[in-house]
Amino acid sequence: METVNIMLVGVGGQGSLLASKMLGHLLVNAGYDVKVSEVHGMSQRGGSVVTYVRFGDKVYSPIIDKGEADFIVSFELLEAARWVEYLKPNGRIVTNTQQMEPMPVIAGLAEYPENLVEKMQAKGIQVDAMDCLALAEEAGSAKAVNMVLMGRLSHYFPDIPLDAWHASLEANVPAKLVELNHKAFALGQKG
Amino acid sequence: MKELMLGNKAVARGLYEAGCCVISSYPGTPSTEITEEAAKYPEIYCEWAPNEKVALEVAHGAAVGGKRAACCMKHVGLNVAADPLFTISYQGVDAGLVLCVADDPGMFSSQNEQDSRHYAIAAKVPMLEPSDSQEALDFTKEAFRLSEEYHTPVLVRMCTRISHSQSIVTQGQRQEVPRKPYVKDTQRVMMTTNSLKAHYRVEERTKAMTALAETSWLNRTEMGEDTSLGIITSSTSYQYVREVFGDKACVLKLGLSWPMPVEKIKDFASKVDQVLVVEELEPIIENHCRQIGVAVTGKEKIPLVDELTQGVIARSLGRPEKPTLTLEDPIPGRPPVMCAGCPHRGVFYTLAKNKCMVYGDIGCYTLGVMPPLNAMDLNVCMGASCSGLHGFNLAGGSEHEKHSVAVIGDSTFAHSGITGIADIAYNRSNSTVIILDNSITGMTGHQQNPTTGKTLRGEPAGKIDLEALCRAIGFDRVRVVDPNQLKEMDKVLKEELAAEEPSVIITRSPCVMLKDVPKAPPLKVDEDKCNGCSLCMRIGCPALSLRGEKVEIDRTQCIGCQVCMQMCHRDALIVG
Repeated sequence: METVNIMLVGVGGQGSLLASKMLGHLLVNAGYDVKVSEVHGMSQRGGSVVTYVRFGDKVYSPIIDKGEADFIVSFELLEAARWVEYLKPNGRIVTNTQQMEPMPVIAGLAEYPENLVEKMQAKGIQVDAMDCLALAEEAGSAKAVNMVLMGRLSHYFPDIPLDAWHASLEANVPAKLVELNHKAFALGQKG
Repeated sequence: MKELMLGNKAVARGLYEAGCCVISSYPGTPSTEITEEAAKYPEIYCEWAPNEKVALEVAHGAAVGGKRAACCMKHVGLNVAADPLFTISYQGVDAGLVLCVADDPGMFSSQNEQDSRHYAIAAKVPMLEPSDSQEALDFTKEAFRLSEEYHTPVLVRMCTRISHSQSIVTQGQRQEVPRKPYVKDTQRVMMTTNSLKAHYRVEERTKAMTALAETSWLNRTEMGEDTSLGIITSSTSYQYVREVFGDKACVLKLGLSWPMPVEKIKDFASKVDQVLVVEELEPIIENHCRQIGVAVTGKEKIPLVDELTQGVIARSLGRPEKPTLTLEDPIPGRPPVMCAGCPHRGVFYTLAKNKCMVYGDIGCYTLGVMPPLNAMDLNVCMGASCSGLHGFNLAGGSEHEKHSVAVIGDSTFAHSGITGIADIAYNRSNSTVIILDNSITGMTGHQQNPTTGKTLRGEPAGKIDLEALCRAIGFDRVRVVDPNQLKEMDKVLKEELAAEEPSVIITRSPCVMLKDVPKAPPLKVDEDKCNGCSLCMRIGCPALSLRGEKVEIDRTQCIGCQVCMQMCHRDALIVG
């Protein structure tokens, strides 16, 4: 099979690390060759962050380049738009509609663009947008945005049984938070 | 057991399996997790040293004492550790000594993108370069074997994309290595005659290791169907080459990147029509090929600056680009920022307000340069703020002294700031140094250091008393201030800038990201009082934004530091 490329993008501190850990666990157990690449350090301080997840029969490069991503899973709307160039023209964006103003916008040096979902759709991109923060809060914690997104992403991998997703969730989340995260995952699945 | 493993964790696993007993390191992205992961094995003594020079000397001492030892650092750390490295190379080792150095092509978290392979050549020390996590584990073990067989320290060169990528690893068992008994040998004393003999030994060792490079499994020729082009590569570039050229291409992958083979390269070149060298940063393999008379294409096509990717390689060779989509709207950048509640914010706001020339240093506080504060003029390397400020003041006299400061974090101060302030005190420089004491090494993800009172594993440890240290060095003016109290911060800064003698200001408030630091409830906006003047937003807090006519506080970020409250003239920000 051809390598599948997933980018997890968001703002430093939003919990993409746990999501990539869960995806890695899931895909290794499903028998794929897997590479996951992240950047630590300076970029984490509230900056734009990206994690690459690649899987298939044999994966070489740990990173995803422009025009290569099958999926962009975005924790914040502006970040989805930022990485559009990395998407394959027939790729899909799964995004949280939450908006977090970056410092240039806070400092009045730039504007947060309007109607980003519509603008991405106008380019022919399949955009699956939902208010993940509201769903995470419904599940019991604003921090569960990552599991809402994972729930939504599971839709697009019909070959991977739901039980496997659940098992990977349980393997990567502290025991006392499993129930909450299952709930967030299920809400994400429903959309 | 198969596991998806971070490159740095795989190095740590390699250190463990190799029977390494002592690790001394200084944190630095992208190397930090090696030592943190190794510390999870009780069999290995792990410590943070004040700096990389000390760390390497400790590790070397342990190897002299008979135990396998290692030392981990980022590329610029190797500049600091270079002094002992060059002479340890001469002296040789009996028990294995491995130095893991992580380069940062693309400078995700670094001030330069120097290529550590130059150090292998300059210090005449072999260097191994893994290209994924499995190799990171295997090469680390092999590094110890080579270290003992050839009596040399061995460098393992990682890079950001190997250090911070996870790939599948099969683990092995730890092999306990008995301590080698220490035997006195005055040949170890590096003075003229001994050093000269040692240099001859080093040259012989290099010849022996060049012969090894011809046969070692670390260097791998992979002949494919297509012999029109042969590619010589190493490290993460190998993965990009395979991504671009596929399985049919012929590749010579160098895992032992110094010393490099001669016959193996000539043999490879003879079997292909043309040779291309793909290497990140400097043309080191390329220059070696030219030196041994092998014609290659290299940096005239492949960029020397910035990290490589499969796309960069394809583009630089004129291969067709993948189609992409773009939006018309400009997308505002999202640079890293000081966290909401960061105690450095009050310091930088005050420095900006007083129009200070700020000689910065290495750490989270480098972010003081970002808008809207713009409160940093320059930085160079660990500790340069203190010594550099003294030089700046020598050039400008009182015109400079009244308006300039050095800012340096507690960990950076312990690393290399102490000698700088010794110069200030000794030479009676009228300079003002601000030590930003947030009780942790912040930027690299919360490591302990000699000023925090805890060891790497969080156990009680010795603790530098910063005030007493500064006084002992010769500072009569040592002030301690809470940087979140803006009026007090401003008063102390003005007084110390005006003073006609050396002074130190310690701004003391812990990093708010530390788990045990109590957080206050988020603040609220009194909508009746807020007129949207945005005065509070001058401090550049990411939790504050303007929604229509009013300021809004992001409750998920605000930790109630109350610095913004002190900015407001209308009491519109209130405790929630």
